[in-house]
Amino acid sequence: MIARKLFAAAAMTAALTSPAAAELLELEKDELTFGFIKLTDMAPLAVAYENGYFLDEGLFVTLEAQANWKVLLDGVIDGTLDGAHMLAGQPLAATIGYGTEAHIITPFSMDLNGNGITVSNEVWEMMRPNIPSMDDGRPVHPISASALTPVVEEFANRGEPFNMGMVFPVSTHNYELRYWLAAGGLEPGYYSPDNISGQIGADVFLSVTPPPQMPATLEAGTIHGYCVGEPWNQQAVFKGIGVPVITDYQMWKNNPEKVFGITKEFADENPNTTKAIVKALIRAAIWLDENDNANRLEAVEMLSRPEYVGADAEVIANSMTGFFEFEKGDRRDIPDFNVFFRYNATYPYYSDAIWYLTQMRRWGQIAETKDDQWYFEVAESVYRPDIYLEAARLLVDDGLANEADFPWESDGFKAPTPAADIIDGIAYDGRAPNAYLESLPIGLKTGQTVVGNEVQG
Amino acid sequence: MTAIDPDSLSPEEAREARKVRLFTRINAADKWFQVLGLSWLTPVLKAAAGDNPKAQGAEIWRLLGVPILAIIAFLTLWGTLAPTVQTSLGAIPGPAQVWEQAVALHEDAQDKAESKARFEAQVATLNERRAEQGREPVERAYTGAPSYYAQIWTSIQTVFFGFLIASVIAIPLGIMAGLSPTANAALNPIIQIFKPVSPLAWLPIVTMVVSAVYVTNDGLFAKSFLNSAITVTLCSLWPTLINTSLGVSSIDRDLVNVSKVLKMSTWTKITKLVLPSALPLIFTGLRLSLGVGWMVLIAAEMLAQNPGLGKFVWDEFQNGSSQSLARIMVAVFTIGIIGFLLDRLMYAIQSLFTFSNHR
Repeated sequence: MIARKLFAAAAMTAALTSPAAAELLELEKDELTFGFIKLTDMAPLAVAYENGYFLDEGLFVTLEAQANWKVLLDGVIDGTLDGAHMLAGQPLAATIGYGTEAHIITPFSMDLNGNGITVSNEVWEMMRPNIPSMDDGRPVHPISASALTPVVEEFANRGEPFNMGMVFPVSTHNYELRYWLAAGGLEPGYYSPDNISGQIGADVFLSVTPPPQMPATLEAGTIHGYCVGEPWNQQAVFKGIGVPVITDYQMWKNNPEKVFGITKEFADENPNTTKAIVKALIRAAIWLDENDNANRLEAVEMLSRPEYVGADAEVIANSMTGFFEFEKGDRRDIPDFNVFFRYNATYPYYSDAIWYLTQMRRWGQIAETKDDQWYFEVAESVYRPDIYLEAARLLVDDGLANEADFPWESDGFKAPTPAADIIDGIAYDGRAPNAYLESLPIGLKTGQTVVGNEVQG
Repeated sequence: MTAIDPDSLSPEEAREARKVRLFTRINAADKWFQVLGLSWLTPVLKAAAGDNPKAQGAEIWRLLGVPILAIIAFLTLWGTLAPTVQTSLGAIPGPAQVWEQAVALHEDAQDKAESKARFEAQVATLNERRAEQGREPVERAYTGAPSYYAQIWTSIQTVFFGFLIASVIAIPLGIMAGLSPTANAALNPIIQIFKPVSPLAWLPIVTMVVSAVYVTNDGLFAKSFLNSAITVTLCSLWPTLINTSLGVSSIDRDLVNVSKVLKMSTWTKITKLVLPSALPLIFTGLRLSLGVGWMVLIAAEMLAQNPGLGKFVWDEFQNGSSQSLARIMVAVFTIGIIGFLLDRLMYAIQSLFTFSNHR
């Protein structure tokens, strides 16, 4: 309660110090409803609301938690929601017509990293002997999925499927879990146009569970592990029902995460409103990271309110304040576990979009081989750095952001990720999607398609 | 001189007369106490007025003592057993923790009022800026999260709206089915098939249809409100329909014959004859419908994330905080108490409108 009162005072000052001089945009629509899923990476939305950044732009925003990613996506498409905290794969998949078809764009990327893979206590017991220990007895990180291989074999011998949960067919979590499994030599299974279970030829069977239900589903024994965003990995540790084995930061340093998605129609009809939204969100991201994460505790208090994430503050604090607890007491520093603004986290890079598209192709969600040009074109129609930079320019002019913090001259492609930053040692260059696909040992290659239950070509 | 001179009455007789008047009043009030579920008040008042304390004591014990004892026994059992069940969200909360969360929810509602004040201050700042730039000021409703009380209110509004539509449909259809055996034969199979359908099955259909038909986004009603309300309608239609048709078809034959002799028009027959005699059963149907509607609403809100108590429960379940279970229990009690009050309300209205024995 005291923290809340203190925070209220802080919010007041934030509101009062807002720039009275800044020119207000001529808004086409000023009452907006945004959807989100109960995850810590929705923080920019909560902060933009609570710190009054939306109101500074003249936007009256209502934030509404959604039951699952499907409901959220449908809400944006049918107009019940004006925009939402989305999985990066959702705007891309909707635009290319995988799942529900609609042209959704993203002018703002919400964060980097923030996910983890957790296994049940039983599986952890079985995995532990395969993982080398450090001098103090704690396991050596990062843990490869190869430590899981004997466990999966044992399950197969017993005639039991090894099930794992992810949050949505086109979620980062699906691709990250698959990436980790494949890097350790396990087949996560393929999609085909007539079998969208994603379990064709699988050693490990992945299925969809909404994020907040992951711990309960794991406890019930329906799944033996999962990949999800925070706080649902730390929740498993606190409740003693599972052990996180790896974070996505350890799999791929500073990988792109959620995006803010709106329909193209909304952006076309409401250009100024769109810019105003992006301005408010950029300010929130700056606030979350400024002064070396100084505001994170305040953000944790915000997120722990029932209307946002609602989990206990101490659970949320773990990942938000720079460390992660693997087993109870095994706390390790991961200062960049959640990045909201540093490293141009909010800029919608085409190369990030292309990575998601390569993973959709890799696992058969994109059934046929596409040329590199196709990847570039899809990325350009969904990721909109042009809108982002216009909003950033307005913020710099208002004196609310530093000119130096934005990549004005970028062509939308990040420098290739070096092999050392990725768990399987395979470099990623967004400029050469097909070459990248060829370099991955497990996954569809040029010309291959999945027909029936097998890979052909 | 036949009239009794008031002065000639002894003080004792006057007291006696007052006492009789008092008892008459208590007995008259008893009918209302029964309706409101406060029947234990009658013996308490009678005892206070000096009626045979022993007999009233027994009544008070039965109507007030036993229920209180049962509640205490329930709370004790709950308080002892709950902490022994460990869940992934901690032990099942006992009565004390639930009460604590009820208080916390009340405090939270006050905090929300504060944040509303902050919102208004910010809107004022915004309007100053707008004025400086030569624009019209804006007035907008508060956009923050609703308080617990606001969620209760939303649910109550939704259930009444859905119930109202259901009644408007069910009563005329029920009268039709009651009056004409042909209409009854036509409606019967439909009633039999749709009556047992769960709200969870209706909801996806309702959602799709509402999205397709109600295209405007700034209409009179929010889509989510319509979705919940129509689901309530579809599920709460049937008790009223069945009871109305039963009530109408079981009118006294003599009355029907009288109407024939008097050559009454159908309209007069319905308003003067059918309705008054079917009213008790219609009200029984309405009471059942409202009860069903309330149960259905919570399920619909949970599934579709429509604002209201159901969403509150689902949100807390998803939050997985250490207070979640206790908060869900607060909601369970709220839902129960409101359901009880709604039933009492309908019962009271029924007693106002019907004179025959209550069913």
